[in-house]
Amino acid sequence: MAITEDEARKVAHLARIAVKDADLPALAQELNGILHFMEQLNEVDVEGVEPMTGVEPMRLKRRQDVVTDGEMQDLILKNAPDAREGFFAVPKVVE
Amino acid sequence: MSDLNKLTIAQARDGLRKGDFTSTELTEACLGAIDAAGALNAYSHKTPEKAREMAAAADKRIAAGDAPAMCGIPLGIKDLFCTRDVPSQAASRILEGFLPQYESTVTQNLWDAGAVMLGKLSMDEFAMGSSNESACYGPVVNPWKVDDRQLTPGGSSGGSAAAVAADLCLAATGTDTGGSIRQPAAFTGTVGLKPTYGRVSRWGVIAFASSLDQAGPMTKSVRDAAIMLGAMASVDAKDSTSAERPVPDYEAALTGDIRGRRIGIPREYRMEGMSDEIDALWHKAAEMLRDAGAEVVDITLPHTKYALPAYYVIAPAEASSNLARYDGVRYGRRARLGAGDGVVEMYEKTRAEGFGPEVQRRVMIGTYVLSAGFYDAYYNRARKVRALIKRDFDQVFADGIDAILTPATPSAAFGLGEMSGKDPVEMYLNDVFTVTVNLAGLPGISVPVGLDRQGLPLGMQLIGRPWDEGGLLNLAQSLESAAGFAAKPSRWW
Repeated sequence: MAITEDEARKVAHLARIAVKDADLPALAQELNGILHFMEQLNEVDVEGVEPMTGVEPMRLKRRQDVVTDGEMQDLILKNAPDAREGFFAVPKVVE
Repeated sequence: MSDLNKLTIAQARDGLRKGDFTSTELTEACLGAIDAAGALNAYSHKTPEKAREMAAAADKRIAAGDAPAMCGIPLGIKDLFCTRDVPSQAASRILEGFLPQYESTVTQNLWDAGAVMLGKLSMDEFAMGSSNESACYGPVVNPWKVDDRQLTPGGSSGGSAAAVAADLCLAATGTDTGGSIRQPAAFTGTVGLKPTYGRVSRWGVIAFASSLDQAGPMTKSVRDAAIMLGAMASVDAKDSTSAERPVPDYEAALTGDIRGRRIGIPREYRMEGMSDEIDALWHKAAEMLRDAGAEVVDITLPHTKYALPAYYVIAPAEASSNLARYDGVRYGRRARLGAGDGVVEMYEKTRAEGFGPEVQRRVMIGTYVLSAGFYDAYYNRARKVRALIKRDFDQVFADGIDAILTPATPSAAFGLGEMSGKDPVEMYLNDVFTVTVNLAGLPGISVPVGLDRQGLPLGMQLIGRPWDEGGLLNLAQSLESAAGFAAKPSRWW
């Protein structure tokens, strides 16, 4: 599988990273190099093997579904690049 | 008392308890060494005021007879750990100005034990790298130097390794996703331990690849690693993958008796093109363990070859999800926007200027392998191969092997800039001996065993059974004392 310039553009957009058109050929080439390296995995017989999800065969811990934390709006907004009236502010989302 | 910064944790603990010196004196010695070591660029942020306050508090505890082992011990903290009101930016421009309003569980555990924070240590951006060259603070320089070249301290915990090797702290925290504790430890003649996955809480540690990340100690001796792991580890309700297991006394496990322990030598780790020196040192290390009474056995881990490609699918996949949170909304940098730019332009511009090239590359690779149509071909296949890699280890341990001995790295430290412009895959090869351990969730430790012809340190790795850090540390200490590695970098900075 080889990544074309168009696909590189699509991946960059999915990743929400702006890439200049002029940089797309180099990006596609780099990604292809890495994918080529990964293709060694096709040599392995994985028939009947379950994909591993975690290293310990343990069930995730459960707890009572209750509020354990909160009432810290100021602390949460403290690092926001733009916070107004108790909210995170962003550019217009809906036209 | 001079040169207090050169002490190990164990020596300092004993001296503090005896009243030979105070934590304040110990801390001042470290702060002085840090100020004189700007050329190494190890600390990205210094916290001298905080250090002095914490040292004074520790001195009071010690005087009152309430002194856990880490009480009064000055530490450096990798920039990946969130520390309250102290910059914590994973060496990335995207977290510029971020001041966490909470403390990571690991650092909180250390402060509760009385340890002293000297500052934050540089690293590869988001822990992605093996040379520390991707840090937004500029590269860290290895205190080891044999010619005109400046060498890498390794990565990603390169600031931690350089600071420990140059005595700019007594010990440091590191994190290891594919070798990020063990490779820099090997490059700097220090000890680095990656615990079993789940032994140390990940809460408050900036996430790279959540199923692989694990924090651990970087120290001047194996004993210190045992002491510090005991303080870092805990059962933590805030990390759903934190194991419900009591934390044993790791120092008590250092009995010095390794008779009858079975050490496996995996034939697949004898890589093509591996240097004679590393091969010879590997043989020598096996001899040392045999002389101490262990039984050395040849073993096979047949899927080793596929660990690196599997890792470079799984780690970027998890990273692309974890790093989605850096969007310019809640913390860190937001790009300056043009007239008419909407929220998507804000995301794209913020991430383009906030992430460095290696992070961008991995986020995009991760996005690709998780995208519709490729998920099965790459991501699911890699996770199946991961299951086979773990099965290889399970089999070996079921056959009665207690630990596995391998080289820690394929070479000694290389020069800064020597890998730039090369294929990214070449840099990834640095992790060839260490990634298997993260994929299988096992504990692994790098111990300095000798110097190469140039005079640079080389490390050996011991891999243990899950949850057997105690047994692993005991073997590592046996290797450490047989090797008698005492070399230190001569000061040029």
